[in-house]
Amino acid sequence: MSDGRTQPANAPKIAVRDVHKSFGPKVVLDGIDIDCGVGESLVIIGGSGTGKSVLIKCILGLLHPESGSIRIDGVETVGMRRAARTALMRKFGMLFQGAALFDSLRVWENVAFGLIQGRGMERAGAKRIALEKLASVGLGPEVGELRPAELSGGMQKRVALARAIAAEPEIIFFDEPTTGLDPIMADVINDLIIKCVREVGATAVSITHDMVSARKIGDRIAMLHKGKIVWQGPATEIDDSGNPFVEQFVNGRAEGPIQMEVRAI
Amino acid sequence: MTAFLARVGAAFLGFLAATGRLAGFALMGLAGIFSPPFYPRLILRQIVYMGYYSLPVVGLTAIFTGMVLALQSYTGFSRFNAESAVATVVVLSVTRELGPVIAGLMVAGRVGAAMAAEIGTMRVTDQIDALTTLSTDPYRYLVLPRLLAGLITLPLLVVVADILGVFGGYIVGTVKLGFNPANYLTQTETYLETMDVVSGLVKAGVFGFIVSLMGCYHGYQSRGGAEGVGQATTYAVVSASIMILLSNYLLTAAFFGK
Repeated sequence: MSDGRTQPANAPKIAVRDVHKSFGPKVVLDGIDIDCGVGESLVIIGGSGTGKSVLIKCILGLLHPESGSIRIDGVETVGMRRAARTALMRKFGMLFQGAALFDSLRVWENVAFGLIQGRGMERAGAKRIALEKLASVGLGPEVGELRPAELSGGMQKRVALARAIAAEPEIIFFDEPTTGLDPIMADVINDLIIKCVREVGATAVSITHDMVSARKIGDRIAMLHKGKIVWQGPATEIDDSGNPFVEQFVNGRAEGPIQMEVRAI
Repeated sequence: MTAFLARVGAAFLGFLAATGRLAGFALMGLAGIFSPPFYPRLILRQIVYMGYYSLPVVGLTAIFTGMVLALQSYTGFSRFNAESAVATVVVLSVTRELGPVIAGLMVAGRVGAAMAAEIGTMRVTDQIDALTTLSTDPYRYLVLPRLLAGLITLPLLVVVADILGVFGGYIVGTVKLGFNPANYLTQTETYLETMDVVSGLVKAGVFGFIVSLMGCYHGYQSRGGAEGVGQATTYAVVSASIMILLSNYLLTAAFFGK
């Protein structure tokens, strides 16, 4: 994946510039500018419906922005052709909010899917790697033979994490990794994310509204509100941001500049 | 008046847009036929699911249709002393029309609905997006095997439906209506031409493609959870049924029209 230009040593892994995305009259991303450096863990926070998932899907190429630029390793991906996009996907791993495991396949086949279908690896070798990855998220080989429907929510998230890291991607995306889990399982998932991202040496982009998770897994945090980045900075400065949006969100207050849109039924 | 024309125009433009989206979807699905990766195991699995597991429903429907056809045509033709035409009417009706149409409609109800529900569920639970992130083209992996399976399987099912439909007519003709078995078979064979069977098989291929296309398309377009998947299932069956009947007329006109 190269367009012939040399990438500067300190250039961001992901560079998003002035990205706009609407669904009909609803503007979801309204000129987003954000970078993520090599090996950095960026967490994007924000309320429900502020465009966090849409931003991540635009970077992944699952949605197409109307305008703007998204560069991965300096290569422009907006408007990229299908074959090039499929090849680019090899750099990515993704943990979906609902795990998105293939329910027609066994657990190990889910984890090995990208290796077998995406990279043409033979099944025996892919199964060995899948069982290793399952072990790294604390699941034994017996779990590999089960169907996703037989697993609890926390186990499904762990399998989804194993699948996301199976092909040792350069960039891993986490969409609400702890949503719907009890606090202990959420902490287990946070620890696994940190461990797995370090092991793989990947760049990580996470979206969440779980502040415990954001503080734990993020090097840098950015806040999205009404389609714009209203604040970004080191995770350690989140409590002293001086930004009213961040303060209201972090402290979970109903009063403040963020007004929840509540419609009468 | 202007408002009325505007509504008609908007509906027509909407129809054109929907047709364009469907055609684009079919082309995206078929584009993978020319270059790897290929998924022969997935095609085979779909052929087994679509063909083998549809045999009972298609076979039973075909045999009873042949039986009813023999009975009804005997009742009608006996008024003109033309009972001897029953075997010919049964074999021509079954091979040209009823075999492919009944098999198409049965498979639309059984398989088209299941395809829409399966792909629709994959869509609303992000499994299709997950395929993409795992460097797998969903059109190649999900759509193309089903389109090819529909194209291949329905003609095979129609061969079975033709045989059983004619057999149903034969049973009623010889057991209930008193035809001589040898005469019945001679009548069946005498007026049957290769084109009668071939046209039915071509229709079957088209109907199979339609069933798979509508199942995949509506499943792929699903939005909004369980309700969206339910709607997709309904749309898949209804649109496939209508398109089967419409294309049946067009194909009949093309094969046998003056």
